[in-house]
Amino acid sequence: MATTRQRFNFNFMGKRKQAAVFSGLLLGISLFSLVTQQLNLGIDFTGGTLVEVGYQQTVELEQVRELLSATEFGDAAVQYFGSARDVLIRVAQVEGKNSADLSGELIDILKQSGQTVEIRRVEFVGPQVGEDLQEDGGLALIYALIMIFIYVAFRFQRRFSVGAIAALAHDIIITIGFFSVLQLDFDLTVLAALLAVIGYSLNDTIVVFDRIRENFHRMRKGTPVEVVNTSLNQTLTRTLITSLTTLLVLTALFFLGGELIRPFSTALIFGVIIGTYSSIYVASPVTLALGINRQDLMPVEKEE
Amino acid sequence: MNRYPLWKYLLILIIVAVGCLYALPNIYGKDPALQVSAARGAEVSEITRYAVEDALDTAGVGYGDITVAEGNLVVRFQDEETQLKAQDVVKEALGRSYTVALNLAPATPEWLRAFGAEPMFLGLDLRGGVHFLMEVDMEAAVAKAEERYVSDIRTQLRDERIRYKTINRRRAEGLLIRFRDAEQRRLGIAVIEDRFTDLELEQPAAESDEFPLIARLSEAAVKETRRLALQQNITTLRKRVNELGVAEPIIQQQGLERVVVQLPGVQDTARAKTILGATATLEFRMTDEDNSAQDALDGRAPAGSRLYYDRGGNPVLLKKQVMLTGDYIIDAASGFDGASGSPNVSITLDGKGAKRFSDATAEEVGRNMAVVFIENKAETVEVDGEIKKRRETIEEVINVATIREQLGKRFQITGLDSTEEARNLALLLRAGALAAPIEIIEERTVGPSLGQDNIDRGFTSVKIGFILVLIFMAVWYKAFGLAADVALALNLVLIIALLSMLQATLTLPGIAGIVLTVGMAVDANVLIFQRIREELNNGNSPQASIHAGYEKAFTTIADANITTLFAAIVLFSFGTGPIKGFAVTLSLGIVCSMFTAIMVTRSIVNLIYGGRKLRKLVI
Repeated sequence: MATTRQRFNFNFMGKRKQAAVFSGLLLGISLFSLVTQQLNLGIDFTGGTLVEVGYQQTVELEQVRELLSATEFGDAAVQYFGSARDVLIRVAQVEGKNSADLSGELIDILKQSGQTVEIRRVEFVGPQVGEDLQEDGGLALIYALIMIFIYVAFRFQRRFSVGAIAALAHDIIITIGFFSVLQLDFDLTVLAALLAVIGYSLNDTIVVFDRIRENFHRMRKGTPVEVVNTSLNQTLTRTLITSLTTLLVLTALFFLGGELIRPFSTALIFGVIIGTYSSIYVASPVTLALGINRQDLMPVEKEE
Repeated sequence: MNRYPLWKYLLILIIVAVGCLYALPNIYGKDPALQVSAARGAEVSEITRYAVEDALDTAGVGYGDITVAEGNLVVRFQDEETQLKAQDVVKEALGRSYTVALNLAPATPEWLRAFGAEPMFLGLDLRGGVHFLMEVDMEAAVAKAEERYVSDIRTQLRDERIRYKTINRRRAEGLLIRFRDAEQRRLGIAVIEDRFTDLELEQPAAESDEFPLIARLSEAAVKETRRLALQQNITTLRKRVNELGVAEPIIQQQGLERVVVQLPGVQDTARAKTILGATATLEFRMTDEDNSAQDALDGRAPAGSRLYYDRGGNPVLLKKQVMLTGDYIIDAASGFDGASGSPNVSITLDGKGAKRFSDATAEEVGRNMAVVFIENKAETVEVDGEIKKRRETIEEVINVATIREQLGKRFQITGLDSTEEARNLALLLRAGALAAPIEIIEERTVGPSLGQDNIDRGFTSVKIGFILVLIFMAVWYKAFGLAADVALALNLVLIIALLSMLQATLTLPGIAGIVLTVGMAVDANVLIFQRIREELNNGNSPQASIHAGYEKAFTTIADANITTLFAAIVLFSFGTGPIKGFAVTLSLGIVCSMFTAIMVTRSIVNLIYGGRKLRKLVI
């Protein structure tokens, strides 16, 4: 049975130039979008008040807007959240007003319509918290990258570290870019998802690197490009199956997990796809480009 | 080949058994319950239990188990309706010395509780409730400390008969004391240095008839002031939360000037906000009857007095000397004034306060005393991209009354607008004042229906994702896939068991972490199984292939998981609330999957194939 299975023999590295162009294009679009239209940051980062209300019956957004227009919440953003009975209302910081009270006033206004309105969620984030979070979030990403760089350098070799970090930066920038291009809500859970993407993409990359290291020892004759190609082919089934099972559960989360967790699952689904691609087409080519060779890996053998 | 020693099987069995035991409480639901805890001076004991039983029996309210543990008494009920009815009954019976809070008590059977097994601790986004992040206004705390020094130094200098012109708090920081001559200043410095070691002194150049001295709090003293302000605020907040009657509240310091308050199940956030954030306190001052308020309005306020306004906006001139502050109040209860029927608050002072107050009022019989209501508010606003703090102090005279006799330990104040105000004021006076104003800088409220929705949706996603992966693995890897499926199920059980044992908070992102783990956990098995296939393809014997597959995949799995763990640890150390929950489940998932995917599948594979002659292997 086992022998009937076809072994892959793709020339991945032969296409590394095309891949570089493709990655460059994605990075370019992401950076361009980030510069021109930034991110649609959620109130976790910007500060502000957000109220999610649930109606008994479906409700027209126009009706809600009308109710609010006569009040000081005239410029509040009103949208459906998951269904036509759930409405999300976002209010920016109102100057000279005790912002913690905003939510209470907002609810009183909505109740005037006579419909049964239930408060499902209120979030108020003060400007100082949002600012701290932006800073801490950025720092967290950087710390994670530094720790990973050191570990990979220690377990493999510095050139592998550079490759791994390049792949991770590639994934993060493009995932953030994806959120910027489509102007999706970027909230705290998306940041958590980004760190999970780092974890996932790194997992993939390490598996490939591990095989490359092993094959450098085993294949006495192959050129570095051949070694990398063989390694990628040997790990390809595993790469695809793991991505598949992960995507399976993430899809379940995306469709069944509810609106609140959707930005998170969106970021992860996109990140897993990009992460799978990058462990093949970014991490390895960068390591190759830096001139990895057999001698580099010799002393690391047989640890424990 | 491919056999495990007996101890390994036993170890695995024990871990699995313990895991199942501690995961088990999660399948029992929760009962509506009342949680009774003691407030002031009271104690929860068997006597309380009898009182509760008696009250419920008399009222004809049916109840289930009653347990007394850790200073709490928990009564379980059939349904929410009885629970609410019982709350009124028990409250009535026990009086104000106890707080009676609605709660959901885990319906874990007795024998499981004996092992200390409890269900997972659900975060606010799953159980509903309100989360506040509060920031203590440290500048105000330091300013208050400086105010205290002003008054202490004033008294000290007077006692030592050292003559000075004025003592004031400077606008920026520190105190400015102006002496009449160099000699007095020298004496003053000696006294201050001797008595107030926390102050650092500086002598600016003297001007004609003025000899200034600047006193600043030392850095250590400022630090200590801030620390105390935070501690005292936490204590006060805890008392206030107890007064509100909330089961399982969390009040925690976060960083150097922030406090997290989480109130599960609380829906009336408006009241919670007013009570927690209020800085209201009272001061009692004599009215200045020698001067008229009109003079002060014209800008000729006498030195020892200050102008206040009452609620109607009318000016009242009061002495600067405070007779009594709210700090001495040990009890306060709202009620109605017998004569006028208007809301009032009855106040009880502690011994020291009572003595001070009776001494002070003895000299003032026949004169007017004012009750001043003081409230500090702070808020942070963003103006043109800059974050600014805005402070406001409201000082209102709520009542002026003639002192008819010497006042002592107990007395009443009136002049309040509504019974609601009387009730809140009484609560605030009971719980004590905040050392410094606090501002709510983050609020997250989750309604109970959304909480339940989140639980349902979360668990549906886990279930569906889990089943999809199970099917896929079984189809793809046959018998080995089934071994991996068993491992995956165990992985899930172990994560839940660990979360329950650690009582780590499970949040919605935490559930997402579990979902993600389910997807990623099979990776280790995929790596192993692919290796086994490769070994078979290379023409190795089935047994050797199994052995080599596990062996060779191990370093890869370890490397890959450790790096993922790094990302999770970083996430944990920076994240707050829900995000921490994600980091926790992700890390636990990684650790558990290492065990289940390597050890557990190996033991199953060994049990099936180990020590036999195999001609071929289906994988």
